Amino acid sequence: MSLRELYQEMIVDHGKQPRNFGLLPEATHCEMGYNPLCGDKITLYLVTNNGVIESVRFEGVGCAISVASASLMTESIKGKSLGEVETLFQAFHALLTEGAERDDAVLGKLAIFAGVAEFPIRVKCATLAWHTLKAALSK
Amino acid sequence: MTVVLSDITSFRKDFPIFQAENKGKPFVYLDTANSAQKPKQVVDAMSDFALHAYANIHRGVYTHSSDASQKYEAVREQVRQFIHAASVEEIIFTSGTTESINLVAACMGGAHWQAGDEVILSEMEHHANIVPWFFLKEKIGVVLKVVPITGSGELNMEAYRELFTSRTKMVAVTHASNVLGTVNPIKEIVAIAHQHGALVLVDGAQAVSHKKVDVQALGCDFYAFSAHKLYGPTGVGVLYAKRQYLEKMPPYQGGGSMIESVSFSKITYAKGPQKFEAGTRNIIGVIGLSAAISYMQSIGISHIADYEDHLLQQLEHKLRLVPGVKIIGNPKSKVSVLSFVCEGMHPHDIGTVLDHEGVAVRVGHHCAMPLMERLQVPATVRVSLGLYNTKEDIDALITGLWVAKRILG
Repeated sequence: MSLRELYQEMIVDHGKQPRNFGLLPEATHCEMGYNPLCGDKITLYLVTNNGVIESVRFEGVGCAISVASASLMTESIKGKSLGEVETLFQAFHALLTEGAERDDAVLGKLAIFAGVAEFPIRVKCATLAWHTLKAALSK
Repeated sequence: MTVVLSDITSFRKDFPIFQAENKGKPFVYLDTANSAQKPKQVVDAMSDFALHAYANIHRGVYTHSSDASQKYEAVREQVRQFIHAASVEEIIFTSGTTESINLVAACMGGAHWQAGDEVILSEMEHHANIVPWFFLKEKIGVVLKVVPITGSGELNMEAYRELFTSRTKMVAVTHASNVLGTVNPIKEIVAIAHQHGALVLVDGAQAVSHKKVDVQALGCDFYAFSAHKLYGPTGVGVLYAKRQYLEKMPPYQGGGSMIESVSFSKITYAKGPQKFEAGTRNIIGVIGLSAAISYMQSIGISHIADYEDHLLQQLEHKLRLVPGVKIIGNPKSKVSVLSFVCEGMHPHDIGTVLDHEGVAVRVGHHCAMPLMERLQVPATVRVSLGLYNTKEDIDALITGLWVAKRILG
């Protein structure tokens, strides 16, 4: 496993210039996520309407993996139904923690995180945003 | 035994871990402040004792047990000499620095203090010297006061003097910062505290492996340290407590060995350190601690310190040449521990790249979250040196940082 497979250009790019970054005053859901091991913090804002994620933004500080994961997650879930989001969550989680085959058809751009599975200590960085999303939607 | 500076690298061969490669490269271990690697001498001493001389202590009338007891008690005397305590009675074996501090917090504070009594801590404390005192805040309403640090990463001594009131019971402060390396002026801290009738506990976890400690010269009332940062085993440590407090403190845990007599209506406790050593102790660990102290003394602690200081200067010099690197703090007196951040790269990512290059550093908050808050950084990269490090190790770190910049920059 080379470092380039972990730090793919898209990950480094989203880590440095996260998309959908900032406050969302009209949020219907807001949740904070925290990884005490490395100090990564994320606040996720969502607007859901009729079971669809209409808009999503996040704020926070963290390593390249956690920021890029949050950034790409916001791009992936925007406009999706809660059911589709759940499918994405399961696929992403399985990719990183269960050694599942990468399913590009389901994951789309998120498949670039496949390399993280080879770095067990960094898996929590990549899944922080997703666990925060899950917590936000469960409220 | 005198060792000249350049000779010390020959001791690296005593550490078998460095004979194996790490990811196809030499293993570069720059995390000694977290836990030191173990020389063969320490492991051999533990193994010999466990395989050929083992029995429980203070219990048997048979020879093996009495020999083991003698060996164990001889280490108490060795530790007394190592930190120059006045009496062997003042040396309590614990499971480590954390337990040593918890013991003092529970048995001094928990047993004797009232709501409104005060403890002075510092902004650079490890969680191990914060949480046990916080327990007392929650349990009995003890007030925690905090000495701020200056921009150079030293204690603000002016502010420290101002924190005392008639309710100040204890000052609990680290001898050397595990993040910044800062060596605190313990003698001065103790003199001021004693003027106000407060006691002083010193967290010596980061200091004992780098400098000669003399608890009588420091004047502190309690001194805590761990064997594992001293090239010894995990799970064993020391609490030095001035004799008068051994009487004052109730037992920490109840069990075998810490009693004089037990009935269902009355129990009398053992005197001296045994009162705080309930149950079967980490006997093999104590033998390992002994070997670790002997090992360090055979090289010479001041030689180790001089050598590490020499490497630390090279490290600082080379780090400053890497664009974007910011070394945190610039204390006048420090041990070989250094923290830095690098613009545009998160410490966690740097740590992963360095690991890939065979270089082990610690990244994160280093169990010092209040200090991270004060420094306004979420995390740092920490490099800490031991007697086995070489200038090649430092070069490998610098090379690794350039790789990180290429990948993450």
